[in-house]
Amino acid sequence: METTYRSNIMICAGTGCVANGSLKVKDALETELIKRNLQKEVKIVLTGCNGFCAKGPVMVVYPEDIFYQQVKPEDVPHLVEEHFIKGRPVQKFLYTPPAQKDTIPVMNDIPFFKHQVLRALRNRSLIDAEKIEEYIARDGYMAAAKALTEMTPEQIVNDMKRSGLRGRGGAGFLTGLKWELCARVTGEIKYILCNGDEGDPGAFMDRSIMEADPHSVLEGMIIAAKAINAHYGYIYVRAEYPLAVHRLQLAIEQAKENGLLGKDILGSGFDLDIEIYQGAGAFVCGEETALMASIEGKRGMPRAKPPFPAVKGLWQRPSVLNNVETFANVPPIILNGADWFASIGSEKSKGTKVFALSGALNNIGLVEVPMGIPLKTVIFDIGGGIKNNRKFKAVQMGGPSGGCIPNSLIDTPVDFENINKTGAIMGSGGMVVMDETTCMPAMAKFFLEFTEDESCGKCVPCRIGNKTLLSILTRITNGEGREGDIELLLELSQQIKDTSLCGLGQTSPNPVLTTIKYFRDEYEAHIKEHRCPARVCTPLVKFVVDQAKCKKCGQCFKACPVGALKWEKGQVAYIDPEKCTKCKSCIKACRFWSID
Amino acid sequence: MAKLTIADLKKIKEEHHQGLREGGFRAKITVHMGTCGIAAGARPIMNAIMEEMAKANVKDVAITTSGCAGLCSKEPMATVELAGEPPVKYISLTEEKMRKIFAEHVQGGKAVTEYALVIGHETTY
Repeated sequence: METTYRSNIMICAGTGCVANGSLKVKDALETELIKRNLQKEVKIVLTGCNGFCAKGPVMVVYPEDIFYQQVKPEDVPHLVEEHFIKGRPVQKFLYTPPAQKDTIPVMNDIPFFKHQVLRALRNRSLIDAEKIEEYIARDGYMAAAKALTEMTPEQIVNDMKRSGLRGRGGAGFLTGLKWELCARVTGEIKYILCNGDEGDPGAFMDRSIMEADPHSVLEGMIIAAKAINAHYGYIYVRAEYPLAVHRLQLAIEQAKENGLLGKDILGSGFDLDIEIYQGAGAFVCGEETALMASIEGKRGMPRAKPPFPAVKGLWQRPSVLNNVETFANVPPIILNGADWFASIGSEKSKGTKVFALSGALNNIGLVEVPMGIPLKTVIFDIGGGIKNNRKFKAVQMGGPSGGCIPNSLIDTPVDFENINKTGAIMGSGGMVVMDETTCMPAMAKFFLEFTEDESCGKCVPCRIGNKTLLSILTRITNGEGREGDIELLLELSQQIKDTSLCGLGQTSPNPVLTTIKYFRDEYEAHIKEHRCPARVCTPLVKFVVDQAKCKKCGQCFKACPVGALKWEKGQVAYIDPEKCTKCKSCIKACRFWSID
Repeated sequence: MAKLTIADLKKIKEEHHQGLREGGFRAKITVHMGTCGIAAGARPIMNAIMEEMAKANVKDVAITTSGCAGLCSKEPMATVELAGEPPVKYISLTEEKMRKIFAEHVQGGKAVTEYALVIGHETTY
């Protein structure tokens, strides 16, 4: 029997909080609790990502559900005395919403958490990721037990199809249908594969699930394996995710020890072995056929489809590949039923989606929201709006394969159909938010640099086309744009999309197309007026103070590291072109946009 | 470790159920632990509650502390709050009194009126 505690401290040990020193806080807490003789009353639990990464290191204290943020090891004695001895939450470490005075002590009252619906992240901040008992205590492996002992493969497939769950990796293919296609193929050897090759800049949904709740991924795979009759599986994870690999490995070992993987799982007669395959971090290996080639030891390059992996996948055997988040969604569907899953979401996009919020937001972190929620709610209520009182300009969804959505479309419901209509894609769930200091052609260039680098080189349109797109964007941002460049970008982008083999090339021009669609004036300013409206492209910035706009505050003077700024109290600032190194410190410091 | 069966899964679930983190408590016991409370012996009262909790394997009762309740001469004090019922403040507690309160009020649902100061008012959350 477990010891009875009166309080649990859930310390976030996700990658973000560990980097912010959460493990040192844990050590300090252990020491302090022993010092106060509270170690038998208060339990410390290391959890996976809590989600509110911006405020790390974070912890949640139960039973009161108090959320503490940015706690340092030296704060711990005070915290223990106040909270665990005197029983009052410590104001200093409570969350205060931007531009407000009152703190919010209870986690689920904080807007960042309040609007979320946790399904894939159902065990977030509630379990120790490295203890299988804690997963089982939250209904873990009960869905696998049901699928293995009470359901036929057809019933599993039917439930999955009826639930409407669509692949969370980006393409949004109906999961149940994918399983059905493979289940129908006869073959003695089949494979169940998990795609953990998350590679979009600014995306960390899958990593967080693998770190925080690895058993949920294994359980989803067991259920899928039963549905398609596979007895061997791989989880493909990039080697840059060492904590995810470690926790998955541990989870696999624990599951094997307990007979939840291996031969005769739970006495059902069903066998499944799962192995981790570490990828070397190539973006293209997130594409299913490239991923399979990589596991086979070949170069990670996509091949033409058909034959589809459901017929000929890994080692020419029928295979099903699903994304990490997709698998994490499976156990509650089996346990609670398809109708339960389909009860939230929009018409064609059921359930929830996990998003990684990053960029110019106040509340950077990991969130799970019902499909169909307005983009505005995600960015302003959950995300807490834009940092430093700046204005929202656009959000890049779907990473380098996606596109930007401007302020005019901020009410767009977040689901597969509506996001596609804007020209962006749901993708795997990265949301990079930009304020008015972002230059859109420069942003498109950033993503093109990424895709040009990550193109496997197999198809000419992708290999040469993206390089050409990049060179045009480079000359535009250097102030050497030519008349007709916008049309050239549009034409070339369309050709790359139409003629590339895999998803990488078919989507890589999306950032170019959407920035032209919504911010064409910025391209024109660069090309025709040799002006960068956001003042990002250095060759296009004059570094001259606008006399009319200058408020004589002297912030630019204080920021200049080379003494190029001349300013006196009550005087308009002046930049000495002889001394100026064009470092843009003055532009960042100026609150009035008065430096051109 | 031996291979698990479905019955084992259910057993593990029972044993490791983390009621503390799930909310939905049927009762809350607050031990007043201001300087006066601690000096008067709030610690043994807390220990007694923890022992009773473990003994009865109770997981749906929240135990918390608070500062001085303002009636220092009657410490140690504790407040018991059953869900949906007004809180009951107990005064001049001893370990034995606390154990009885746990058995009769927290577990049995009937307040131990002879140890109670007052019923109602003051909730802590």
